[in-house]
Amino acid sequence: MTQALEIQDLRKQYDNGFQALKGIDLSVEEGDFYALLGPNGAGKSTTIGIISSLVRKSSGSVSVFGHDIDTDLVKAKRMLGVVPQEFNFNQFEKVEDIIVTQAGYYGIPAKEARSRAEKYLKQLGLWDKRHNVSRMLSGGMKRRLMIVRALVHQPKLLILDEPTAGVDIELRRSLWDFLREINEQGTTIILTTHYLEEAEQLCRNIGIIDRGEIVENTSTKELLSKLQQESFVLDLNKPIDDLPTFAGYTVKKVDNSSIEVEVGKHQGVNDLFQQLSEYRIEVASMRNKSNRLEELFVNLTSDTNEPANGSAVEKRGSAQ
Amino acid sequence: MSEWKYNLVAFNTIFSKEIRRFMRIWPQTLLPPAITMSLYFVIFGAVIGSRVGEMGGFDYMTFVVPGLVMMAVITNSFSNVASSFFSNKFQKSIEELLVSPVPNWIILAGYTMGGVVRGLYVGILVMILGAFFVELQVHHMLITLLAVFLTATLFALGGFINAVFARKFDDVAIIPTFVLTPLTYLGGVFYSVDVLPEPFRSLSMLNPILYQVNAFRYGILGQDSGISIGWAFVVMIVAIVIMAAWALHLLRVGKGLRN
Repeated sequence: MTQALEIQDLRKQYDNGFQALKGIDLSVEEGDFYALLGPNGAGKSTTIGIISSLVRKSSGSVSVFGHDIDTDLVKAKRMLGVVPQEFNFNQFEKVEDIIVTQAGYYGIPAKEARSRAEKYLKQLGLWDKRHNVSRMLSGGMKRRLMIVRALVHQPKLLILDEPTAGVDIELRRSLWDFLREINEQGTTIILTTHYLEEAEQLCRNIGIIDRGEIVENTSTKELLSKLQQESFVLDLNKPIDDLPTFAGYTVKKVDNSSIEVEVGKHQGVNDLFQQLSEYRIEVASMRNKSNRLEELFVNLTSDTNEPANGSAVEKRGSAQ
Repeated sequence: MSEWKYNLVAFNTIFSKEIRRFMRIWPQTLLPPAITMSLYFVIFGAVIGSRVGEMGGFDYMTFVVPGLVMMAVITNSFSNVASSFFSNKFQKSIEELLVSPVPNWIILAGYTMGGVVRGLYVGILVMILGAFFVELQVHHMLITLLAVFLTATLFALGGFINAVFARKFDDVAIIPTFVLTPLTYLGGVFYSVDVLPEPFRSLSMLNPILYQVNAFRYGILGQDSGISIGWAFVVMIVAIVIMAAWALHLLRVGKGLRN
């Protein structure tokens, strides 16, 4: 299958010496809905900046639908639509003018551009605002305006950097529906997000980037299956001073009256409770520590926590 | 669609966006030069000029009108590109262009021609205002048009380079204040270099604006200032080639634009 995006050994060192990307490899297949997750400063926006040619890479290669950005940049750019994190349109121009102007940069004549602008502005509920000056729009409308702008030349690959940041729940859901729809119609989508639920809901594949390295790159399903190792918090009836050793479980003391246990998918909790009884530790209540994907994310991107599983450690090692 | 058609649409898009911008904010772009130049006409031409007598073989008012037209063209073509491009940089809307497949030379041509049109627009406006004070006849239409077009192009390119280097709004005003204004005032707008003693006359010959103003004045009045018109055009064309190459180089390396 054609690769919508192929990144090999991509490195970026900024002038101040900061190494934002330490040699990442990434490939996204045509038609995919891919999430690039990572904490702030992990290298997500630098990666998007390099793909869209706003940031110069130090080394490595990037190609969009087979067009290398070093040797075939114009064709690569025609395939690509980018919705950046920050608002980057002219605040003094009217909504429709912004879209038609952007289309013009891709060689689309004004008449055709206006008809495409109408189609997408209507789809994203901005048609009534087409004559408004863009700075007068609300935050959610500005974000939708940037999506329309990125779609007007009908790119085969759409990259969205935090598309739903600061957007209310209702609008977020409607944007999700819209993105699902254009993905079903054939547009490959890559998004970065802080909302892990968003990645879980929308994306078929997920890459996790941390400190300039890809630490996980797999299907959402597989990633979540790894999370069948869940963390539970157990509140105790009586405080304990020292934590005994539990065979087969990783147990941490949160404080004197609560402990945290990692339980594998096929492991069950019966054996845990048996051991607790043997140590005469009485459990008052039990709860999940956090959302599943969130837990994996924290494990993969944190120094202090133990990795969620061995494969993540290996992948982190191999990416170095 | 062929590549040149893409480029033509892209050029038209940038060019018409630039014209739309300065027309939309006409109280900031068209009105001030009209008022300033009218004041120059009244003060230097009518009030002071009547006491100056002749300059370069013409009454002072007639002499000063072509100079003031050129001053308006230089200032406006420069500041149009400098403000517009810097403002796009500042608002990050320049990224719309940078992510698109528009070639650098089309970006430069679009902005430059936008500045040229603003320069010509204001030049014509000043010319019309000047016609209220003196009777003007264009002696050499081709030389007049060529001189004004090349001058506007050169300073529009200068405005572009200024905007590329500018990091804050103050930087956009540095070149006009410290370079353009002195060179324009000393470039034969208000006097003929013949009246200067040496070494100031020879020093003035190093000022490129002198050649443009004199070429334009020759086109309008037919006045021979002792500076070869052919040489004036060579200076302008060479300067345009150097500035355009510099601007394209800055775009290629992404100076101030790409990280």
